[in-house]
Amino acid sequence: MNPDVMFFFETVISGLMAGVMYALVALGFVLIFKASGVFNFAQGVLALFAALTLTGVMEKFGLPAWAGIIVTILVMIAVAWLVERLVLRHLVNQEPIILFMATIGLAYVIEGTGDILWGSNVKVLDIGLPQGASDYLLDSFNLYVEKLEIVAAVTAALLVAVLAVFFQKTRIGRALRAVADDHQAALSVGISLRTIWVVVWSVAGIVALVAGIMWGTKSGVQFSLSLIALKALPVLILGGFTSIPGAIVGGLIIGVGEKIAEIYAGPIIGGAIENWFAYMLALAFLLFRPQGLFGEKIIERV
Amino acid sequence: MLYRETGQFKTSYPKDQAIFPIAQDKAFILLVLAVAFLAVPPFINDYYAKAILIPFLSYTMAAIGLNILVGYCGQISLGTGGFMAVGAFATYKLMTSFPGLDFALIVILAGFVTAGVGALFGLPSLRIKGFYLAVATLAAQFFLVWLFNKVGWFYNYSPTGQITAPPATSFGVLVTGPEASPAAGYLFCLAFVCVFALVAKNLTRGNIGRQWMAIRDMDIAAELVGVQPLKAKLSAFAVSSFFIGMAGALYFGVWLGAAEPTEAFGINISFLVLFMIIIGGLGSILGSFLGAAFMVLLPIVLKTVMVDGMGLQAVTAKHFEILLLGVLIIFFLIVEPHGLARLWSTVKEKLRLWPFPY
Amino acid sequence: MTIRTKALGLAAAMALPFVAGPALSYELTVPLLTYRTGPYAPSGIPVANAFSDYFTLLNEKYGGIEGAKINYVECETAYNTQQGVECYENVKNMGESGALVINPFSTGITYQLIPKASEDKIPILSMGYGRTSAADGSVFPYVFNLPAHYWSGATVIMKYIADKEGGQANMKGKKVALVYHNSAYGKEPIRTLETIAKDWGYDLMLLPVDHPGQEQKATWLQIRRDRPDWVVMWGWGVMNQVAVKEAASIRYPMDRFIGIWWSGSENDVLPAGKDATGYQAATFNAPGTNFPLIQEILTELYDKGKGAGERDGVGDSLYNRGLLNAVATAEGLRTAIKMHGTVKIRGEQARDGFENLVIDNKRWEELGLGGGFAPEIKIACNNHEGSGAAAIQQWNAETGEWTLVTDWIQPMSDVIQPLLKADAEAYAKENNITPRDCK
Repeated sequence: MNPDVMFFFETVISGLMAGVMYALVALGFVLIFKASGVFNFAQGVLALFAALTLTGVMEKFGLPAWAGIIVTILVMIAVAWLVERLVLRHLVNQEPIILFMATIGLAYVIEGTGDILWGSNVKVLDIGLPQGASDYLLDSFNLYVEKLEIVAAVTAALLVAVLAVFFQKTRIGRALRAVADDHQAALSVGISLRTIWVVVWSVAGIVALVAGIMWGTKSGVQFSLSLIALKALPVLILGGFTSIPGAIVGGLIIGVGEKIAEIYAGPIIGGAIENWFAYMLALAFLLFRPQGLFGEKIIERV
Repeated sequence: MLYRETGQFKTSYPKDQAIFPIAQDKAFILLVLAVAFLAVPPFINDYYAKAILIPFLSYTMAAIGLNILVGYCGQISLGTGGFMAVGAFATYKLMTSFPGLDFALIVILAGFVTAGVGALFGLPSLRIKGFYLAVATLAAQFFLVWLFNKVGWFYNYSPTGQITAPPATSFGVLVTGPEASPAAGYLFCLAFVCVFALVAKNLTRGNIGRQWMAIRDMDIAAELVGVQPLKAKLSAFAVSSFFIGMAGALYFGVWLGAAEPTEAFGINISFLVLFMIIIGGLGSILGSFLGAAFMVLLPIVLKTVMVDGMGLQAVTAKHFEILLLGVLIIFFLIVEPHGLARLWSTVKEKLRLWPFPY
Repeated sequence: MTIRTKALGLAAAMALPFVAGPALSYELTVPLLTYRTGPYAPSGIPVANAFSDYFTLLNEKYGGIEGAKINYVECETAYNTQQGVECYENVKNMGESGALVINPFSTGITYQLIPKASEDKIPILSMGYGRTSAADGSVFPYVFNLPAHYWSGATVIMKYIADKEGGQANMKGKKVALVYHNSAYGKEPIRTLETIAKDWGYDLMLLPVDHPGQEQKATWLQIRRDRPDWVVMWGWGVMNQVAVKEAASIRYPMDRFIGIWWSGSENDVLPAGKDATGYQAATFNAPGTNFPLIQEILTELYDKGKGAGERDGVGDSLYNRGLLNAVATAEGLRTAIKMHGTVKIRGEQARDGFENLVIDNKRWEELGLGGGFAPEIKIACNNHEGSGAAAIQQWNAETGEWTLVTDWIQPMSDVIQPLLKADAEAYAKENNITPRDCK
């Protein structure tokens, strides 16, 4: 096979894999936005906090990975409960931008807490996920694929499947969708908004943990982990703020698009264009579909 | 007692529409200005100028600019850092190409350059709304920073892309560079901010400001009553960028004196200025001042109290500072979601009645 | 109650010197702008710990510098230039002496402070970072970047590569990739590497990576495709670890991958596990605890629970670099005190000390860092860098240690000097500075 074609193939695969990693972060945003209309700025910091907690409890108490994950999930649920109790409860019916600002305050709080609890050193996160390139593919096809990213892709697929079942088939999932459609109507049929919020934030916390594990395994657990949220934003506007499949598809498009741009256009116009290219790509899509690929159609009435 | 309106009658529309319809307000503002212009400069030292007042003033300028766009016109933008970079690099190029040009003129020219760039990047707002637009403006942020970091012409082909503000004068007084006195830099920024805050106030009270607010409140309805969205949105982007560009010029020239695009104009600046206007109050010029003061002063106050007052280690103090900043932001939002400016007017309402409850 | 008694105790303790000794002695204020928080904290913490440890040791065991106690002040910047400015203004007038020397510990903050500190007459010691052309003391009298700056580092790495290739003549047609942090810091070596490329005839590939650098797939795919013979890295923070991991993944030979000194700490290689073995980095200080001074720090401080950080962090490459920085700071002040015959120095006198600083091998020996801890340093008016020599260290994941694999390699001054002069002159022209005469 022609090496150039092979390399293009590799680029696309790498892009898809990177896209999955972005999508994992974007999912958390989508969940919260869907259920409460809050643009949760703290999602990236949540991922960092989850990963920090996981490494922290594994080191401190010598727990095995599975126990550490269970403890961390409990911590994330506690965080969700606290967030609802201390912040969201007092800001019911405020405008989206105010809630957005509140999540910024929250991001500061969580970041400070994480630092105080676990310190700012790099921590190596190893829960036994495979790392490095797949030897089999390299040796037999000369194709370079990261094992960790295959795991991430499988995890993301599972996660989306679980979330889909959860939203479509369970009582609480239906209640979530009802709340997303109309707060007032949901309240009037007896759905408790507060419970819903705790559930949503817990689920988002667990999704953040998954993202934190993947990224943390990739690059060590440290403050920079919270900045991956920036990679999720173009994915969000491309896929739509309210669509779970959109987050995945958006992630894939952004991943492939930015890698191809960086590798094939980068040398011509100068490198490190990945960042703005992702946003430009999203912007180009938006000009044709202002609500994102899978977002709900905006119907305006006067 | 002190804050009564009794006896102050308005007999014409212009009087009723004045910026300060109440005499006490006018007096108070004049007093603040007098203190700022006359009482502060003799006592100012490097620390107050460089760490508190000049940062506060340059951020205020940026916050006024962003508030015009977000607070008055309802178009959320996260490109502030990038537009400040445009202002700063325009300043740098003007300073190095035309040494001897008055710095005040340079700041205004930098504003105009930025206004053009801002209008260009405002085009997508004609189709995109809300948080989608916010993320779309990030394209401007990242692209502009990349451009200034990449193209040698912008930083005069220095090996690293760092720019340093050469000494420049305004009306014969040195205002930039290391030898400028703290008072000169401070007064320069203060004059700029005061004059342009007044400009902004009057713009937002006038025809164009009403158009912006109509677009913000309901764009379709506004269009039906004859507001042109194209004109209103692009003018908001241009005017807002004009202010932000000037803020970038002050930020780079007077305050920092040197900058590299990736660090000094990063996305964190965009967020910071957005926090300022939300905390201060959207759609309020006073709010821009209060929000900038909050975000600039609070970390310093917290740090000073913890490090010097309580004797904590610098790093522990820093962790608590981040935590407390978050707590205070949430606290203020819960107390008054519409920002410090609204809190201020609530206090004034209460003062009107004090001490007699009607 | 307890608080009150504490306060009284404190007051008594404060009053003691007045009762027992002579008047309150003159303290030397030495600030450090730290970043123990933020995205680059993992690199900032060991350096700050080393500073703190060394000054504690000097104060407690040796009575400070020439009899004057050191007032060591940390100010947290989180590696952020705006906070750096606030910190600088905050510390510059601290204590009776005022800040005697500023260690900004960030290239960005250094650029920021150069004009201001020169005006305030406070020397800046930007050790192995900051503005390279500040080595020209005639234009930058108050800035020092000993013991080696980035351009020296770049030439040392190139010399090492040429040596490995069997001489400069074999470099023709070779491909060298530079993976760099897309900021002022990362762009520093480009011009130098391009100049050498013209001379030697190798191809230079430039691969920028944006901050923070967690995603470098595109960069490493290009390396995989174009197979450069050597990869040089100017990375920082999380970017380093990701790069080392990616290099291992695409099976790039680690012994052909060399980082600058800020890409050569334990943090950068540990996450990649055993695959990182063979990775190299330039350094101007030896790693390890095998030096009398470091042993002394361990016994005097860490055994008594007075250490600033974790015991096993002592001897890491960044800790030792911080230690070198602290020692150079103290020696500069010592030189100044000896020159002026009084401990009551201020920034202006401290500058003279740094400009006449000499740490030869004998002095290294006396300081307890003999046996090749660092190259000899000799500062002069026209040379604020001092040595420019650096060595290459290599990582071994089995033992978990860096080892030096070369002696000190001298930089290529003939390449650097013209570039340096040009940049310093451009700066002087832009800012109306008349260079000093360094005769």
